[in-house]
Amino acid sequence: MLNFMLQLALLCITISMGILVYRVIKGPSIPDRVVALDAIGTNLICMIAVLSILLDTSMFLEVILLIGILSFTGTVAFSKFLEKGEIIENERDL
Amino acid sequence: MNAELISEWIAAGFILSGTSLTLLSAIGLIRLPDVYTRSHAASKSTTLGVLFILLGAFLFFWINEGYVSIRLLLGIFFVFLTAPVAGHIICRAAYRSNVKLADRTVHDDLKKYMKAD
Repeated sequence: MLNFMLQLALLCITISMGILVYRVIKGPSIPDRVVALDAIGTNLICMIAVLSILLDTSMFLEVILLIGILSFTGTVAFSKFLEKGEIIENERDL
Repeated sequence: MNAELISEWIAAGFILSGTSLTLLSAIGLIRLPDVYTRSHAASKSTTLGVLFILLGAFLFFWINEGYVSIRLLLGIFFVFLTAPVAGHIICRAAYRSNVKLADRTVHDDLKKYMKAD
């Protein structure tokens, strides 16, 4: 019964990731795509948690933290690029 | 009903509610009209969905195997901390790079403050 529920959860997460991929492809503006990519990262976290229950192992739990950190960093870098045109500013006002 | 079965049901309930929230946020991302409302759907309900799913996984590993996973708790804390910040920062970048609001928007309070700058 638990296995069936976990597989149902995996199916639903896959469907929502498909919808988000549609938004990434079609999205009218760049921030739309960034929002959808961030949500894809979050869905990936969900998928890894469900999969680690399904496989009954606790070895994948670092990956959850890692994907969370990487997706946050990527979103911040993208939005800074969109806002200012560069990610790491070099010149200083002296 | 032994304890293991009850714990399985609790974990499955958490995971299914989190999954339905995730699916709802994806439907919101496809149906809402502009980037701000889409970001509203994406940042709130996806965050709550992933929190539910990670909590379900944490309870499953705790009750079934007696394994308290600090990494899952850290993941919950980190996602809870950073997902709204990411939503805010991408919305601000969208507004500053002149992404249009939806046609049915009635009021834009931020506009005059941005002009005053």
